[in-house]
Amino acid sequence: MMSARTRPKYLDLARIRLPVPGFVSILHRISGAALFLFAGVLLYLFQLSVQSAESYEHFRALAGHWFVKLFLTGMLWALLHHFFAGMRFLLLDIHVLGDLRQARATSWIVLAASLALTVVLGACIW
Amino acid sequence: MVKRVVVGAHYGLKDWLAQRITAVVMALYIAAFAGILLICPPQGHEGWRALFQNQFMRIATFVFFISLFWHAWIGVRDIFMDYIQPTSIRLAAEVVAVLVLVAYTGWAIQILWSL
Repeated sequence: MMSARTRPKYLDLARIRLPVPGFVSILHRISGAALFLFAGVLLYLFQLSVQSAESYEHFRALAGHWFVKLFLTGMLWALLHHFFAGMRFLLLDIHVLGDLRQARATSWIVLAASLALTVVLGACIW
Repeated sequence: MVKRVVVGAHYGLKDWLAQRITAVVMALYIAAFAGILLICPPQGHEGWRALFQNQFMRIATFVFFISLFWHAWIGVRDIFMDYIQPTSIRLAAEVVAVLVLVAYTGWAIQILWSL
């Protein structure tokens, strides 16, 4: 057996095929990082929406732009995915739905539910 | 002797638990918020503003923001611990993240209490 030191690394990201639960897990990380990176923008938009009647109009004008809509739709997906995947992790923490078949099934549910709700709620944005 | 790195994990259950508890607090807030939007959607700017002027809602939103920023800190720190190996760069990144989150906290307070 090779020692840990000489063992070759195989980290070709393009060729790694993650199982579904691993896919949900890395998306949970990516969506969390995205929410952190754009938290300031979201806080600013929230401020505009509540501050005053004028700032509200400014918010509505901004939110009417296709690029802002696209951004908000992306944030909506990130929030929903992070939310549902997080719920799944909480359940796993208390040893619920943890065997392999269930873990795969709940992973698909998380992916489908967050995409479906993004479409439904995203329709309100567009 | 155990090698301790200043930007390493603090070997604690505390952060792990805080991440879960803040997650539950946020989930409860989001569920209640979604319920409000479904049952009696606020009308226009006046309704939207009035929602957060309500003292209970203001405090609940404040607790939500504190949970959010605390939760974000643990998550971002985990990401830095995984991908940023040099101690100095990781420490700098952690300091920036903390400062940003503290600034957001002040900003959130200002937004909520100036309504």
